Amino acid sequence: MSKKETLIAYLLRLADNALILGQRLIEIVTAGPELEEELANANIALDYLGQARMFYTYAGELEGKGRSEDDFAFMRDEHEFRNLLLLEQPNGHFGDTIARQVTFDVFYRLQLEALQDCSDKRLAEIAVKSLKEIRYHLRHGTKWLIRLGDGTDESHERMTNSIHGLWRFTGEMFAGDELDEAMKKEWNGPDLESLKGEWHEEIASILEEATISLPDEEWMARGGKNGQHSEHFGYLIAEMQTMQRAYPGANW
Amino acid sequence: MQAWKPKSANSEKEQRIWTWLADVPDPEIPILSVLDLGIVRDIVIQEDAVEVSVSPTYSGCPATEVIEQSIIAELRENGVENISVKRVLSPPWTTDWISEAGRNKLKKYGIAPPAGSTSKRELLNGTRTIACPHCESFDTSLVSEFGSTPCKASYKCDECLEPFEYFKCI
Repeated sequence: MSKKETLIAYLLRLADNALILGQRLIEIVTAGPELEEELANANIALDYLGQARMFYTYAGELEGKGRSEDDFAFMRDEHEFRNLLLLEQPNGHFGDTIARQVTFDVFYRLQLEALQDCSDKRLAEIAVKSLKEIRYHLRHGTKWLIRLGDGTDESHERMTNSIHGLWRFTGEMFAGDELDEAMKKEWNGPDLESLKGEWHEEIASILEEATISLPDEEWMARGGKNGQHSEHFGYLIAEMQTMQRAYPGANW
Repeated sequence: MQAWKPKSANSEKEQRIWTWLADVPDPEIPILSVLDLGIVRDIVIQEDAVEVSVSPTYSGCPATEVIEQSIIAELRENGVENISVKRVLSPPWTTDWISEAGRNKLKKYGIAPPAGSTSKRELLNGTRTIACPHCESFDTSLVSEFGSTPCKASYKCDECLEPFEYFKCI
């Protein structure tokens, strides 16, 4: 892989993460438990979509084959997506959505912080821009996690189950592979080992405040970063891509 | 914190373009012009070509494209043919760049302007008191960190009981 190909592949991972999480959140637009949460969810989803667009557009420009953001989002098949398994997991109930949100956003924030110092100027700029939004999301998600964990017996139990249920998907974020290694070496990308330590520390302190027990080390699922997805993913992109699949190039 | 000040115009032509841009509204908060918002970063004129640099507010803000189109339309109406709009990400837009005039307009419109500067807010970790744009009371409470557009949060006034929006500080 050339240095440029490394950057393109890494950008697509970032883009796919943002797009797929954004798409998941869009599925629950109009289904919020109250108006304020409805607005929050839609706004958060919009930020991810905006970030995905910046990453895809840049990847397309670097690739130089004329692929647009829409081509990446709507005209690729399941195995071509490189998002984390965590992000394609179903929305479940509100606690599940919040658990997915906080575990990912803490990682994503650390990842973007590290990318501010990467040697590609444009990616560093997108990272700085996106960080402001992710910090805002985190404030919201963390408050909910704590409120539900440290809430009634029922909310505590359900929030605990959400965190413990999704835990096995959190390891993939830190499971470095050749691309992570190349990104670090060639572009001064994030060091996943140090991110892992910081993530653990931060999540442990949020869970403590939420009175939720820290899950034990367990077997971790992985595959999304290399295009091997869980059974939920096909349904997700089928819905997301239906228009462009039925009417390729449709525009309005 | 000081508001973003456009660099002083290099030519009479550039000065005219800044004046025209003062008439381009934000599509979602039309009392604010793109200059009030502080998103126009630079104007570069080369012979008959004009390039306007604009910073997006939020990555996913649907207004970004509309604003770019409005800028092109406004300049075209004033006889500029060769226009391009460049999107500038760095340094990222911050509410600190909303002009003093812009803040006053927001308040009149019933939207509480961003309080203080972003750097200070980080220190305070998000706790701040927002004055009600209707009755000026500080007895207000946060309803939601989010609002009807990406740039706003929802508040209510516990004094006059009116709900209002707050232009959040980023």
